[in-house]
Amino acid sequence: MSREPLLSVRDLRVGFATEDGPLQAVDGVSFDLAPGEVLAIVGESGSGKSVAVQTIVGLTRSPGARIEGSARLGETELIGASDAELRRVRGERIGMVFQDPMTSFNPVYRVGAQIVEAIRAHRPGVGKGEAHRQAVELLDSVGIPDPERRVNAYPHELSGGMRQRAMIAMALALDPEVLIADEPTTALDVTVQAQILALIERLNRARGLATILITHDFGVVAEAADWVLVMYAGRVVEEGTLDQIFYDPQHPYTWGLLGSLTRIDRPRPRRLPQIGGLPPSLLDLPQGCSFRPRCPHAFDRCAELPALDARAPEAPKHRDRCWLDPEAKRERRQVEGEIGLES
Amino acid sequence: MAAFAVRRLGSMVAVLLAVSLLTFLVFNVIPAYDPAEVMAGKGAGPQLVQNIREEWGFDESLPQQYLAMMGKIFSGDVVSYQGQENVDQRILEGIPATLSLCAGAAVIWMAFGMFFGYLSAVRAGGLLDKALTILAVVGISVPIIWLAAVMLEYLSYKTGLFPAQGYVKLTEDPVEWAYHLILPWIAVAVTLVGFYSRVLRSNMLDAMDEGYVRTARAKGLSERQVMTRHVLRNSLIPIVTLFGLDFGALVGGGAILTEKIFGIDGVGFYAVESIENLDLPPIMAITLFGAFFVVLFNALVDIAYAFLDPRVELGSSAR
Repeated sequence: MSREPLLSVRDLRVGFATEDGPLQAVDGVSFDLAPGEVLAIVGESGSGKSVAVQTIVGLTRSPGARIEGSARLGETELIGASDAELRRVRGERIGMVFQDPMTSFNPVYRVGAQIVEAIRAHRPGVGKGEAHRQAVELLDSVGIPDPERRVNAYPHELSGGMRQRAMIAMALALDPEVLIADEPTTALDVTVQAQILALIERLNRARGLATILITHDFGVVAEAADWVLVMYAGRVVEEGTLDQIFYDPQHPYTWGLLGSLTRIDRPRPRRLPQIGGLPPSLLDLPQGCSFRPRCPHAFDRCAELPALDARAPEAPKHRDRCWLDPEAKRERRQVEGEIGLES
Repeated sequence: MAAFAVRRLGSMVAVLLAVSLLTFLVFNVIPAYDPAEVMAGKGAGPQLVQNIREEWGFDESLPQQYLAMMGKIFSGDVVSYQGQENVDQRILEGIPATLSLCAGAAVIWMAFGMFFGYLSAVRAGGLLDKALTILAVVGISVPIIWLAAVMLEYLSYKTGLFPAQGYVKLTEDPVEWAYHLILPWIAVAVTLVGFYSRVLRSNMLDAMDEGYVRTARAKGLSERQVMTRHVLRNSLIPIVTLFGLDFGALVGGGAILTEKIFGIDGVGFYAVESIENLDLPPIMAITLFGAFFVVLFNALVDIAYAFLDPRVELGSSAR
């Protein structure tokens, strides 16, 4: 985090009024993102990771939503920006890729037409023919073979991996500064996942694209991320560099996530490890640390919510929300010689 | 396309056969009704009745009668028992009036249905939406007969704003044509406006939750572009289906009451007249005419569907 941040999010909070009562989907998320960096936000479904990034571009705005905090893109404050200002940012400065490329494309329009639409929404001066030519180029740049033909295909005529490539091409149509990829590989086959991640990484390096990668899969994180946020029940429970999160994880939830990774370079365990219990309902969060009910290491103090703090003096930016002291953590995260969470 | 056409033609023949058989049989099991006696008139001698019976073939077996009837209908020789006029001729003469009524009503119901449905969906939960919901429910609930009677009473008889009865040919005087048809158009359209606006509203609300709508917003499209190009466009696909079926059914007999009430001398008017007289040949012919339109519009819907949704191949059953 040395360079000047491009996107700076501070204490982002998103609450929704639901039929069952108010809930806090995102509770105080902060991060900085510089050009060329990849930030991974990791967490289970419902951890608030998607809501947090969609809020940055205003996609969660609704009468029942309460949005607080700040998200600055360069000089532009996005939280509270007018709809017209946000519209100029979407697509033009921040491109987005979503989880399921089947449902993310409109099934009734040709892929090329949808890319052309994105271009012409921001550049009304660009003619249809020129925009179409750009669409072909974009498809080519994300590695779609035979782009002149594929540009006229309907979404259902492409394979999942091709669709996701086309989705990325569309997100990059206006050469944005930031790419937000929300679970971009979840709906894809494993081999295709690796190709899509490699593509995102290549674009990230080649264009100096600031990238936010949202995932529940630590395998994806390991491939691409510079900086990692681990989210649980709307809060960041740990943040650090890729190495810090992988080799010196501080929060028991992170241990659990790492412990449930299958390693093909190790003997296969008899039973895949998992974190016991279920994530809490956001409508009824436990008092104090939200992970407490599932944590085998919980003790009295966990009834009080720990702040997101650096707890080891040698790594001031590696912060977490756990009351255990670093020494105790180092000991307790060892399960059968690996990092993991006791069951 | 060829396979589709063949399959559709096949099913059309089957439907027409079934409908005609059913109508014929229902008519022949009506108790204590002898067309020969009716045709002979009151007080006619048994010899006259017998002569008519033989002349018209009423003494033959039912299958023979059925085949004879169908042959006459399709060769255009069929005449009614009452008045002995050519039935196919009468139907052909009635088609312009019936189509005028149905097409005009369709324009009104689609225009207002789509407009109200769109407003309702875009303002979902707001005051306008609630007002339109009430309006739609009222529209759906109002019986056509009642609405027609009220309109005739207040807009025609009492104030003289609109003509009460009759049909003027479009080719004769387009202004009078429309002027005479306004009230009937409204009478037919009101229920359908209410219904279609509700269907479109719910389709659009469903579509708004779709991933591609989120993508459209994330691309930086304006809210209006998102609503028209993505939400509305995709919501119209099922509406087109519905429209084809409803329009087919309307031409095929749905406007009978309205034609009768407003004295529009179309196919429906003729149908009412024939039913009142228990006149089998026109009833058979009109029923077939109606069934033909329903089947025809079913096929048109399928073609439109494949055109509107690239995922659907013509004639595929995947919906």
